[in-house]
Amino acid sequence: MTTAETHPLATETATRFDVDRVREDFPILNRQVHGKPLVYLDSAASAQKPTVVIEAVAACYREDYANIHRGVHMLSEHLTTQYEAVREEVRSFLNAASEKEIVFTRGATEGVNLVASSFVRPRLRAGDEIIVTGMEHHSNIVPWQMLGEETGAVLKVVPVQDDGSIRLEDFEALLSERTRFVSVVHVSNALGTINPVREMIALAHERDVPVLLDGAQAVPHMSVDVQALDCDFYVFSGHKIYGPSGVGALYGKSRWLKEMPPYHGGGDMIRSVSFEKTEYADPPQRFEAGTPNICGVIGMGVAIRYLRSLGLEAVAAHEHDLLVYATERLSQIPGLRLLGTAPEKAGVVSFIMDCAHPHDIGTILDRSGIAIRAGHHCAQPVMQRFQVPATARASFGLYNTRAEVDKLVEALEKVRKLFA
Amino acid sequence: MSELSDLYQEVILDHNRKPRNFRAIDPCSHDAAGYNPLCGDQVHVYVNVEGDRIKEVGFQGEGCAISTASASIMTESLEGKTLAEAEALFQSFHALLVDSSRPLDANLGKLAVLAGVRDYPSRVKCATLAWHALHAALEGESEASSE
Repeated sequence: MTTAETHPLATETATRFDVDRVREDFPILNRQVHGKPLVYLDSAASAQKPTVVIEAVAACYREDYANIHRGVHMLSEHLTTQYEAVREEVRSFLNAASEKEIVFTRGATEGVNLVASSFVRPRLRAGDEIIVTGMEHHSNIVPWQMLGEETGAVLKVVPVQDDGSIRLEDFEALLSERTRFVSVVHVSNALGTINPVREMIALAHERDVPVLLDGAQAVPHMSVDVQALDCDFYVFSGHKIYGPSGVGALYGKSRWLKEMPPYHGGGDMIRSVSFEKTEYADPPQRFEAGTPNICGVIGMGVAIRYLRSLGLEAVAAHEHDLLVYATERLSQIPGLRLLGTAPEKAGVVSFIMDCAHPHDIGTILDRSGIAIRAGHHCAQPVMQRFQVPATARASFGLYNTRAEVDKLVEALEKVRKLFA
Repeated sequence: MSELSDLYQEVILDHNRKPRNFRAIDPCSHDAAGYNPLCGDQVHVYVNVEGDRIKEVGFQGEGCAISTASASIMTESLEGKTLAEAEALFQSFHALLVDSSRPLDANLGKLAVLAGVRDYPSRVKCATLAWHALHAALEGESEASSE
């Protein structure tokens, strides 16, 4: 593992990324928890929101609100323009070829379910296979199991190695004549592993198998280019990129979206409706039934602009520095074991301690003002793989600092003392 | 604000380190598993009842300090109790964890060390997991969930 001192991006960050300045953008970081300054190390669960996002959502309701895609009045037209501008923002963020390839959703989970329902279900016969990895979030397991129950299709799982990585040859070995779809997490929420998705997509495409990437944990930490990756679908959630919860986006290649039936029926997804025949709208509107989370989408657009204004590479380098530093410091704590030490990792440190259960660690850290996640991280198969009931997980956002890592280590020493 | 030491009292830490009656009882008259889906903690409670009196209680499982200590203290507290007394104790214990206005029931004995849990609402289910399993066992059910 590279050290913070030798990592080329890490040293560059020191001059380019001003974390103290960035912290001022996040009002919640000024609050105290149990009388201690908040140390928020749970961004992988949900990231905090900068003032620009909070203000944009408030202003949307306060000054601009109306329903979209309907009214002839000024407010509706104005907000529709703003709303559709976010589609272009997301297109540019993912480098999609067209904004018609961007579908607004309630989040990554809905994106996966939409693709499962509208794209994969019609292609499945009993005995067909869908490939996932052993480190998927429940949201990229359960929708496929539900399809399996319905159609008789089978889930194939790429095994996870001891360091939390997967091997391309294991993936390749699972690809078969019966493989109909591959759905893989880009960055693991429980282990931090960055998967070799570009190579996996190439292997799948050699056999004409389409691929979905679950990018919920990837987009906050790295720039994503769906055309370079050549993925068929990509999903993410707004709340993990410093935007509101309850909104997200699905990218789908035009050629697929065009042939897919609607996911939900309702208003806004039709061209014309009569009791004899309804004609559906073209993508992406075909997949956006009902009045959406309008101000949430506006807020997500602002969050993306905010993130990009800081520079995704600078953010990635800053978080990598924190990851390297935290890995070094936590490794020195006796009785602490890190889960997920893959060479390619994003800012997640999952660990267990000999002396204390993750829940006890979480409670004790909480009393020191430190918010971490304790539990199975909605990835129970990962816990089973490593034969632990749960882990403690610290995850880093762009506002975290080395001093906060020091506080984490200090509090973990307190845990050791109490349970020794 | 309560201190951490109110939650992690020495008695609790001791029962976590050296859980009492940490064993399967085989054969037993009643047993059930308890599972907390929120955190994955699981406990299996074994009971031998003769007539209407609890002769012995054992448990096995994996959980946090609060759930382990609570299960351990529960097994000690229940020995020799009638089924009615056990049920009453469960009610008192539950009230201790969720209702700070209620006066302490003298029958709780050592169980009272878990009173600190009520200042940690997310941990109440940890403390009651073994009790829910016990309840399920005595009711003839095979599983209990703390949810």
